[in-house]
Amino acid sequence: MAERGMGLEIPELESMAKRCRRNIVRMVYGIGAGHPGGSLSAIDMLTGLYGHRLRVDSDNPKWSDRDRFIMSKGHASPGVYSILHERGFLTEDDLSSFRKLGGSCQGHVDMKWCPGVDFSAGSLGMGLSFGIGCSLAAKLDGSDRTSWVMLGDGELQEGQVWEGVMSAVHHEIDNLTVIVDRNGIQNDDFCETQMRMFDVSEKFASFGWAVMEIDGHDMAQVVDAIDWADQVTGGPACIVMHTVKGKGVSYMENNPKFHGAAPNEEQFILAMEELS
Amino acid sequence: MSAPSGGGASRDGYGAALLEMLDDDKVVVLEADLGKSTKSCLFRAEKPSHTVSLGIAEQNMMLVAAGMSTSGYVPFASTFAIFTERGFEQVRNGIARPNIVVHLCGSHGGIHTGTDGSSAQSIEDLAIYRTLPNMTVLHPCDDVSAKALTLALRNHDRPSYMRTARNKVPRSYSDESSNELKIGKGYVHRTGDDVAIIACGVMVNEALEAADLLAKSGIQATVVDMHTIKPLDTNLVTELAKRCGALVTAEDHSIIGGLGGAVAECLVSHYPVPLERIGVQDRFGESGGSDELLEMLNMKAKNIVDAAQRAISRT
Repeated sequence: MAERGMGLEIPELESMAKRCRRNIVRMVYGIGAGHPGGSLSAIDMLTGLYGHRLRVDSDNPKWSDRDRFIMSKGHASPGVYSILHERGFLTEDDLSSFRKLGGSCQGHVDMKWCPGVDFSAGSLGMGLSFGIGCSLAAKLDGSDRTSWVMLGDGELQEGQVWEGVMSAVHHEIDNLTVIVDRNGIQNDDFCETQMRMFDVSEKFASFGWAVMEIDGHDMAQVVDAIDWADQVTGGPACIVMHTVKGKGVSYMENNPKFHGAAPNEEQFILAMEELS
Repeated sequence: MSAPSGGGASRDGYGAALLEMLDDDKVVVLEADLGKSTKSCLFRAEKPSHTVSLGIAEQNMMLVAAGMSTSGYVPFASTFAIFTERGFEQVRNGIARPNIVVHLCGSHGGIHTGTDGSSAQSIEDLAIYRTLPNMTVLHPCDDVSAKALTLALRNHDRPSYMRTARNKVPRSYSDESSNELKIGKGYVHRTGDDVAIIACGVMVNEALEAADLLAKSGIQATVVDMHTIKPLDTNLVTELAKRCGALVTAEDHSIIGGLGGAVAECLVSHYPVPLERIGVQDRFGESGGSDELLEMLNMKAKNIVDAAQRAISRT
């Protein structure tokens, strides 16, 4: 049986997240396409999950009693691939296959192509429902495995998300945690201009979820929130993490242009300097 | 007047098959409020622990089923055929694309649904699900065959969509003959060499009646229940084209893209012969009794007879 996380302390997790940030930028620059902004906003939590909590086994990616991580905002695939690399699921060569014909690292995370990926995403709004299915199955099995679903904040505009939010409470699914990456930016522009969502935490709480808000770039808070979610009983937990889209690369930070665009050569060099 | 829902409606066969799977703890049943209608309620009453109520929220149901499937369960999820379509993209991206084994049942398909009117009468479901790679698409004709085919899905290794009908029609199968049913193989109910009528769903009964009428005027018709729309039994269709030289399809579905479309695609690729398609002629239905609607839309046995004669005259 695999262990939870990798037994890493906060400074080690912070170093890991920085390595992931470099790989995210490398992947997107390498193919000239992809979504760096939402990968960089999510990566500290991804590092916290894989480095501190998830019980998965890179030698046996399909191990039936593994914890499930479901990246519902599947365009943040470079973030997932970079952390799967750190956890031993993917090689450097795999990372280089990002968005290339026949590569394990498809444009959007895909369970049929990539070891360690539990859900084929790419169309927003579906991951929570899938996670509910995984959690219901775990309960039927009498297993203590858990499901963790990451949603984008723009993704919350999809109606299916709220179908899932309602049903997770109805079925009292307490082996499920949703993480909302509240970076405030979606494809076209800031969320505030596209579709205002007001108080996301209040919305989840009003449906009956246990909610915790954190700074998604403070690793100590990330780890505390993960531990908190594990202790929630009787229903699902939601971590609303306030993040900065493009975090770590100055010109990408809080810049809607880098939701789905690659840096040019000059920008790439600058990013590598900033992330060194 | 709609026919009463009695023992002969294919949805009843779906419910009966679920009951046969009660001992299998890997089978789970998912509902989106319409279990009393799709007949999954029978399973729920016996085994609530393995039944998941998801409310009036079909999109969520599709992906909950997918999640359970990847965790080792065999989900049977049902709602009305028309409401499965609300979750079409969920089926496309969340089930068919990753080839996750979920068995989706859409009941109350076709204009035969009757008085609920056009909003409830899915006439395009077979067409849209047929376009998805990995999907198996079924449409049994009565309760006995629906039960047999649902049971066959238990060990089917691909996702599926099965349309069932609300209303009772005369049975075309006995328990014995239904044992011969195989997914992907058309069932030949009657053999004749002058024309072949390939039907599905409630139109199998009309096709058999049409064959009786044709026989009275000296025309011998083969009648096939093509309960599997995808993968289509192309060997059988090609064989019938060669032997009979004229074909008719009959379906309670748009003539675009369903059984008629599938057979037409097969013929043009393998052995072109005249084909007439009986079905809904690119329009929506309306409220009315099942038979009244079949009559109004020229989908009765007599219309199949006319179509058979047209097909033969074109040879």
